[in-house]
Amino acid sequence: MLEIKGLKVDLEDEDKSILKGVDLTVPAGEVHAIMGPNGSGKSTMSYVLSGKDGYTVTGGTATLNGVDLLAMEPEERAAAGLFLAFQYPVEIPGVGNMTFLRTAVNAQRKARGEEELSAGDFLKEVRAKAKDLKIDAEMLKRPVNVGFSGGEKKRNEILQMAMLEPKMCILDETDSGLDVDAMKLVADGVNALRSEGRSFLVITHYQRLLDHIKPDVVHIMSNGRIIKSGGPELALEVENNGYADLLAEDA
Amino acid sequence: MALPQRKQDATDARLAAVTLPDGPAWLTKARKAALARVSAMGLPARRDEYWKFSDPTTLTDTAVISADLADASDREFAGADALMAVFVDGAFDADASDDLEAAGVTITRLAQAQDITWAGDLLGTLEARGQSPVERPLAALTTAMATDGLLIHVTGDAARAVHVRYDRKDAGADVALHHVVKLDAGATFTLLESGAGAARFMSNMEVDVADGATFHHVRAQGRDTGRRMNTHTFTRIGTGSTFKSFTLSINGALTRNDCIMDIVGDDATAHVAGACVGDGEGFHHDDTVFITHDAVGCESRQVFKKVLRNGAVGVFQGKILVKHGAQKTDGYQISQSLLLDGDSQFLAKPELEIYADDVACSHGSTSGAIDEDALFYLRSRGVPHKTATTLLTLSFLAEALQEIDDESLGDDLRDRLAGWLDRHQS
Repeated sequence: MLEIKGLKVDLEDEDKSILKGVDLTVPAGEVHAIMGPNGSGKSTMSYVLSGKDGYTVTGGTATLNGVDLLAMEPEERAAAGLFLAFQYPVEIPGVGNMTFLRTAVNAQRKARGEEELSAGDFLKEVRAKAKDLKIDAEMLKRPVNVGFSGGEKKRNEILQMAMLEPKMCILDETDSGLDVDAMKLVADGVNALRSEGRSFLVITHYQRLLDHIKPDVVHIMSNGRIIKSGGPELALEVENNGYADLLAEDA
Repeated sequence: MALPQRKQDATDARLAAVTLPDGPAWLTKARKAALARVSAMGLPARRDEYWKFSDPTTLTDTAVISADLADASDREFAGADALMAVFVDGAFDADASDDLEAAGVTITRLAQAQDITWAGDLLGTLEARGQSPVERPLAALTTAMATDGLLIHVTGDAARAVHVRYDRKDAGADVALHHVVKLDAGATFTLLESGAGAARFMSNMEVDVADGATFHHVRAQGRDTGRRMNTHTFTRIGTGSTFKSFTLSINGALTRNDCIMDIVGDDATAHVAGACVGDGEGFHHDDTVFITHDAVGCESRQVFKKVLRNGAVGVFQGKILVKHGAQKTDGYQISQSLLLDGDSQFLAKPELEIYADDVACSHGSTSGAIDEDALFYLRSRGVPHKTATTLLTLSFLAEALQEIDDESLGDDLRDRLAGWLDRHQS
């Protein structure tokens, strides 16, 4: 599904290297987690994969089902099946949540040469999916993320994911700022989307989210590289001992 | 006081070319008085404080620069239930217009006016009042030269709106119109205006809103790129009454919309708003507003949004004057531009002059670009760059469009803006 080889990335404005050769493969249907200390490059990787400005790729490749992600515009990556659940979902005053969702769903369908969803079908689908995530009609009517609580914003991300039905989902610290119940709700939403044809890359600081979204593989990122990969027990090790041992091992 | 020589010469040259239209004695008297005001003030020039951001030359010149005719299909407010009054290059078109008889409203054309007492008392008077403290010579010139216009007297609750449409057939027409609207106490009325009107279009509208009356005005100034337009709205707002005006400007070489609002009765509401979109160095759009609060407990609101690209220029000059004793005034003013590239310009001059001590006045003016984070967020969901830019631009304009009370009129204008934005993106 997702294949990253030797990915090197600098910050565009500063002469600063963030990713220093990331190698990572997420096969179809699997859930991989990335943990790592602050500043190790986890969020940068998610932004670079989804096409945010401000970064320069100086080496390596990233492909989604064999297609070069880095050569595409952000909207093309989305249409190809990539989805990033933002750590800080953006508030967009003046654009209604429903208008936004429908525009996005239909733009992707159009880009893939599929038929656009009719207003009625769209409404039916969004209502059903919103209900599962406990998103009420009022939230759907409001401008995108404006006046949403932290938990509501994250649920809204998962709703978008559910509507867009991507193949490769990257969750950037989706658990940050969530209380226990909200985390459970978000995790349930994600688990409901798990399928053979869909993969997940879950970036998190905490083992707790991984209790709910059980990963197949856990990677530890430090200083712009994946320094160790293992099973779910690796997350427990981090939870108990912190990163010190792993970092020392790498050094 | 003598005018500077250059101004005197320019004014003399222009006035020499003016022939006053024929009319009844009271009208001729009003026109001559207006002409005398122009002589005394002199025509505006770039050095004048209120014209330093906009060059008035093409409005004051004797000659008119012709302007290509825009595609006239798909007209604004076509779906609105309104009585139509159509002017073609400033001449009334009876065939295209409805019978100007409507419930609760009496409409007479200026060109056919005889002895209409109410209009005689009003025509030119609000304009003359509006010459102080800031002189507006082009308004006086328009009062003098206007060949036609509508004199609308609203005595009750007008069931239907009146839609004045300004069509064009002659690429070089020079037109001046003058409307007078008088709302009696408790009356309600909606006036719609659409179309570019002429290569050079000068128009005055004097609106007297009596106690407890409500006046809604929604205007779309066509989409002809080369036209030049100067409109003046003068309004006197009585106790407990409401005045709301919204203007959409698409394209146009020069637009100067002056709105002079005089709040004379307590607990009144006065809103003026506008949205404009312009592409290219040939676009210059100027909103100039002067609101005088001379009563207690009144609310005024100015909301102006401009979307500019490729060297387009937007101007906002907005003043709130709160007189002695105008306590509990609530004044709000916002002027914002969205610059779609680095070449465009927004020039803003917000002014507050307050002599009462118990008032709330807020004002803000900003210039900004499209929010990159929002743009990326939309694109990351698969919304193409162009569509995302249009969505964000419409969201920028939304606050101004929300000033239109009638949702279907607002939707009509929003669709036009969306269409324009789609066509004007690289």
